Amino acid sequence: MMPDTILIALIPIIPFLCFLLLGLTGKKLGAFSGLLGTASMAVSAGFAALTAYQYFFHVGKIDGVFQKMVVFNYHWLQFTPEISINMGMLLDPISVMMLVVVTFVSLMVHIYSLGYMKGEERFSVFYSFLSLFTFSMLGLVLSANLFQTYIFWELVGVSSFLLIGFYYTKPSAVSASKKAFIVTRFADLGFLIGILILGFNAKTLDFGLLIERLIHVESPYLQTAIASSFMGVSALTWGLLLIFVGGAGKSAMFPLHVWLPDAMEGPTPVSALIHAATMVVAGVFLVARLFPIFILSCPVALDVVAYVGIFSSLFAAIIACTQTDIKRVLAYSTMSQIGYMMFALGVSGYEGEAGLGYMGSMFHLFTHAMFKALLFLGAGSVIHYIHSNEMKDMGGLRKAMPITHITFLIACLAIAGIPPFAGFFSKEEILAAAFHKNPVIFYVGLITAAMTAFYMFRLYFSIFWNKPTPSAGHDHHHHGEGPFTMMLPLFILALCSISVGFIPFGQFVTADGQFLANEFHPMFSIAPVSLALGGIFLAMLFYKNANELPAKLAVSMSVLYASAYRKFYIDEVYLFVTKRLIFNLLGRPAAWFDRTIVDGLMNLIGGLTSGFAEMIRGLQSGKVQSYAIWFFAGVLGFAVLFIYLW
Amino acid sequence: MHEIPINHILFLSTALFFIGVYGFLSRKNMITMLMAVELILNAVNINFVAFNKYLFPGKLDGLFFTIFIIAIAAAEAAVAIAIIINLYRSHKSIDVDEVNDMKY
Repeated sequence: MMPDTILIALIPIIPFLCFLLLGLTGKKLGAFSGLLGTASMAVSAGFAALTAYQYFFHVGKIDGVFQKMVVFNYHWLQFTPEISINMGMLLDPISVMMLVVVTFVSLMVHIYSLGYMKGEERFSVFYSFLSLFTFSMLGLVLSANLFQTYIFWELVGVSSFLLIGFYYTKPSAVSASKKAFIVTRFADLGFLIGILILGFNAKTLDFGLLIERLIHVESPYLQTAIASSFMGVSALTWGLLLIFVGGAGKSAMFPLHVWLPDAMEGPTPVSALIHAATMVVAGVFLVARLFPIFILSCPVALDVVAYVGIFSSLFAAIIACTQTDIKRVLAYSTMSQIGYMMFALGVSGYEGEAGLGYMGSMFHLFTHAMFKALLFLGAGSVIHYIHSNEMKDMGGLRKAMPITHITFLIACLAIAGIPPFAGFFSKEEILAAAFHKNPVIFYVGLITAAMTAFYMFRLYFSIFWNKPTPSAGHDHHHHGEGPFTMMLPLFILALCSISVGFIPFGQFVTADGQFLANEFHPMFSIAPVSLALGGIFLAMLFYKNANELPAKLAVSMSVLYASAYRKFYIDEVYLFVTKRLIFNLLGRPAAWFDRTIVDGLMNLIGGLTSGFAEMIRGLQSGKVQSYAIWFFAGVLGFAVLFIYLW
Repeated sequence: MHEIPINHILFLSTALFFIGVYGFLSRKNMITMLMAVELILNAVNINFVAFNKYLFPGKLDGLFFTIFIIAIAAAEAAVAIAIIINLYRSHKSIDVDEVNDMKY
C-alpha cells in the first residue's frame, strides 16, 4: 500500500501556486493577500500532518522497519545512459518529520506576520516570498535525488536572500543579504563538486541507489570510489566532505557562519522561519540524508562533522554571551544548537542502540524548531513593542507584556534543557550519545549546555527584569502587547515547547528505521541539568537586577570579552582575506588585464574600422555627377582590365 | 552606289556617346543632363541599327531593340522630369550641385 501521491504533491504545490498568485496579483489583493497566504499554508500544513499520520501509522512500516518510499519519480534530464536528473518525492521518517516541521512553523509565522507586518507597504510581496521559501524548503526535504536537492537548495538560498533584504532601503539589510548569498554560494560550490564526485563514482544521483551502491563493501562502485584518491584522500571522502561544506554553509557552521548573525536584518518572522527553524537545519538534514554512507563507508568524514559541530557549538555559545542585540544572541544560539545537531550525527552509530546520536539529532532538530521559533517570535513581539533590538533599551517588560514574558520564559527553559520542557529530552539523547562515543565531545557539549542556559537567561532577565517596569503612558507604549494574531502563535508554540519532548521519537525517526527506545537515566541527567541550573542562577545573579557585576566581569576578562564581543574577529579575517589579499593580489591584476589587454584588443579592432571608414566616407558626397565619374571610371577600368590585361 | 563604311557610322556613334558622357558630367542643369543622357541612348541606337544592317541584313532584331530603347527613353524622360519638378519644388533650384542632401 502506498501513500497518496496527489496529497503529498499538493503540500509543496499549494505554496507555489500561492507564490505565483500573490506575486502576480498581490497589489490588487492588498491586505487580503496575508489571509490568502495563511489559509493556503494551513491547508498545506493539514496535508502534511495527514501524510505524517498515514506514513507513521499505516503505510510506512513494513516488518517493523520504516521504509524509504519513492512515491513519485519523473525522469527529467538524461546525462549519460546511467546518470539522470529526476524530479521525485521521497518519503522516509526524516522527510516526513521535516514536512511537518516546515509547514507547522511556516503556518505559525504566517499567522504571526498578519500582525507583525501589518501596514507594511510590500505586505503581499512579503507573503509571496514566504510562500516561495516554504515551497522550496518542502521541495528540498522531499527530494528523491541529490541534484534535485541541490536545485531546491539554491531556491531556498534565493528566497532567504530576498527575505533578508526585504527592507531594501536599509543599507545594512542589503549588505546582509548579499553576504548571506555570497557566503552560502561559496559553500554550495563545494556541494556541487561533492555531488559530481559522488554521482561520477556511483553512476547515479538517486538517493536510494546512491546509498545502496556506496555502503556495501563488495560493491564495485564503492571500491573504485575508495581506490581513486586525490592528495592522499579517497574520492569518497572528498565527495562527502565537500557535500558537508555545502551543508556547513547553509547551517552556519564555523567558519562559514558569518552570514547568519547579519541575516537578522530581515524581518523577525523571517528570522524565526528561515534562520532558526527550517533553512539553517538543511545542512543537518543533508548529512542525515546521506548518513548511511557517512557511517558505513567513511567514518573519517563523520568525525569531521562531529568536530566542526562541537567547535561551532562552543564558539557560538561564547559569542552569544557577549552580544547585546537580542536577535544576534538568538542567531548565535541557533548556530550553537545546530552545532549540537551536527556533532550528534557525528558521534552516532548506525544500527540499534548505537543510532542514539542520529535519533537525538533529529529529535533536537524537531524540538529546536519549536522553541527557537517561539524565541524569535517572542523577540519579535518585544521589538514590535520597543522598536529596538538593543538590550539596553529594554528591561522590566514582564508586566507590560505578560503573554510574551511567559512564553519566552518557557522557550528559555526549553532551550536550557530544564525538565520537563522539550529541549531537555533531545539534549539528553545527544549528550548520552556523545558520552558513549567520545568523552571530549561530551564534556565540551556539557559546558556548552551550561553556557546556553546562561546566555538565554541573560537575555531573558535583560528583557523582562533588570529595570523597573516602564511607566504606562510613555511615548511608545500606545499599542500594547500586540494583536491576537501575534499572540496565538506564541501560545501554540509554547504548548509545543512544553509537550513535544514527550513524543517517543525513537519509535519514529531512527538511523536504520527500526524501533529505538527513549531511555532516560535520571543519574545521567543530574550533571547537565544542574549545570544548566547553575547557568541560570549565574545569569540571575548578574542580570536580574541591574548591578555592577557584568561590567566588572567584562573588565576582569577583558581580552576574552573583547574578542568574543567582536565575534573573535572572524569578520575582520574575511575582510582582510577578501579586500586586502584577493582584491589586491588577484582582483586588480585581473582587472588590469581585462581593461588593457582584452578591452584594448577590442578597441583596436573598433578603432581600425572606424578610422578606415573616416578615410573613405568623403566618397559618399551626395553629388550625382561625382558618382557618375566613379561609375564611368569603373567601367573604363574593367574595360581595360578585360581587354588588355586578362 | 557607294555604301557608307561601318567605320564611319561607328565613329559617329562613339563621338555622340562621349559628347553625351561629357555633357552628363559637366552640365549642372539637370534638364541639360537629361538631354545628355538622351544623346548616349541615341548613340547606342545608331550602333544597333548599323550592326543590324552590316552583320545580319535579313533580320530585324536590332531595329526592334532600337524601338524599345526609344520607348524606354520616353518613359525615362517622363520619370526624370517628374523627379526634377519635385526637386525644384523642394529646393527651388534645378542645379545638380545644390541637391546633395543624401550624403554621409
